[in-house]
Amino acid sequence: MTIGEGLVSTNQAHHTYVADGVTVGFFTDPTVCIGCKACEVACKEWNRVPAAPAGWTGTSYDHTGALGASAWRHVKFLELGRPPDPTVSAVEAEDPFRWLFLSDVCKHCEHAGCLEACPTGSIVRTEIGSVLVQDDVCNGCGYCVVACPFGVIDRRPEPLPGAGGAFKCTFCYDRQVAGLTPACAKACPTESIQFGPVEEMRARAQRRVGELAERGVRDVAVYDPVDTSVGGVHAIFLIAGAPSSWGLPPTPEIPTVRLRTAWTSAVLTAAGALAGSLAAFLLT
Amino acid sequence: MPAAADGPGYYGRPIVKPPVWTWEIPLYFFTGGTAGMAAAIALAAHLAGDPGAVMRPALRLAFLGGAVISPALLVMDLGRPRRFLHMLRVFKWQSPMSVGAWILFLFGAAVTLALFLTEWSLRPGAPTTLASLRTVALVAAGVLGPVLATYTGVLIGATAIPAWFAHHRDLPLHFGVSALGSAAAALELLGFRSPALHAIGLGAAGVEIVLGSWIELRQHGPADAALREGHPGGLLRGSGLLTGPIALVLRLIGAIPWAAGAFLAGALLGRYGWLAAGRASGLDPVATLSAQAAAGRQKWIPRQSSTRT
Repeated sequence: MTIGEGLVSTNQAHHTYVADGVTVGFFTDPTVCIGCKACEVACKEWNRVPAAPAGWTGTSYDHTGALGASAWRHVKFLELGRPPDPTVSAVEAEDPFRWLFLSDVCKHCEHAGCLEACPTGSIVRTEIGSVLVQDDVCNGCGYCVVACPFGVIDRRPEPLPGAGGAFKCTFCYDRQVAGLTPACAKACPTESIQFGPVEEMRARAQRRVGELAERGVRDVAVYDPVDTSVGGVHAIFLIAGAPSSWGLPPTPEIPTVRLRTAWTSAVLTAAGALAGSLAAFLLT
Repeated sequence: MPAAADGPGYYGRPIVKPPVWTWEIPLYFFTGGTAGMAAAIALAAHLAGDPGAVMRPALRLAFLGGAVISPALLVMDLGRPRRFLHMLRVFKWQSPMSVGAWILFLFGAAVTLALFLTEWSLRPGAPTTLASLRTVALVAAGVLGPVLATYTGVLIGATAIPAWFAHHRDLPLHFGVSALGSAAAALELLGFRSPALHAIGLGAAGVEIVLGSWIELRQHGPADAALREGHPGGLLRGSGLLTGPIALVLRLIGAIPWAAGAFLAGALLGRYGWLAAGRASGLDPVATLSAQAAAGRQKWIPRQSSTRT
């Protein structure tokens, strides 16, 4: 079957997911990514994301470096060795070197740390299940930055436009309201970035793993941490090797899982301090 | 599998983002905590009949720290300071930043009212009918104050920063005790001596020794290595010595102003140390990976603050 499932591709069609309240997702497949960075460019152009000063990183062809306030898609360039295939003789074996590209993006978590942390209510969940920062509400407190287990959202520094606010991928909410595909998926020439209802994306990712296994590529897996407190992501990835080598945490946790213990400690300490002070005045 | 990529993770790049906060935030942790615990001392003194007359100075300290300096520091730290009122747009239990903003707001209001009514009641001809309102304000400030001092531990403990969340249980206790000792020390340095403040100072130094040793001994490996290494490690260990053994010994030999000065300096350094450690450990992918692996699967998932719109 063809990549992105050819004629049944959901990438380019006009849709009504916003009106219908369908939870949507991305499925990003590095096995067909050619590292052209059209997604990064399309995202910047559509969303008017300012050019952030970039330097030469010296890490393959990746000069974006990381997702951040002014990089909402980030193509990672990973140089991997391939595990030897015992069924193939050394003469016939392919070059063990593998150069893989993966377009990283905000995960739009099922349980989102940034959304829970936001004290102004600027960050909301939309009807398509995405996590959206409302820039006209954000006061730049910076708490979402340390609440994201994936290091996605960041505060934009001076002197860039919009400086002081927190920014990340909007899942092209404005385009989706108009029935359009997000800019990155629309621009992707190989349909490495696929877009559609999240359950369909999950099924497609599983099918792709099976398809690759049939062709002898067995070390790929779906990255979708459903069994953690993040509860799964709406931007699903196919990865080869360990998630950590892609800069993806194997067991991301939403920081609110620590609230109960921390607040218990805080309230007990507060009560103890008041009682201790009273004892100090009464007993001395 | 041999990876050509250098370093752990993806080219040794950070997995989480380090805090963007600057010098205002650790200073706020210090001033807000000291002010909050000063209000607790004021309430305790009031309930005990105010031996040593420390109630008024404690209330003044709480007002200056909690209603003047701390809000100013928090507004300055915002990326968009003119939108500071957006902090009170919603209330969210799930966000320690939201809960903390409300605590600071309510504490500021309570401590201002308590101080105003206290000062007024001392003037000749003041109405006595306001005495009960003054008590209500004083109790509100004295109860919210200690939470103002400890919530900051929850604030940084419930994040994705490894050195912080590895200590999410210890941080509120550490910040609270440090703030209580700071409030007593600040009053002593201002010239208000009382056996009760001395006792609070001794207790705070003692608990800081135990807590410092606990954090030092119960290491979390690479997750909280930043607490012991480099510049943040130096700040935190220096802070631990000043608020713990040094303050205790100086107090026991009777050098109370020196003990108070050492405790205050240590408490302030410590807040900067925790921010620096958070920054260092957030930038370290090994810390992030090892902390997540050590924490294991979380069983309790809190209720979400919002549903679909």
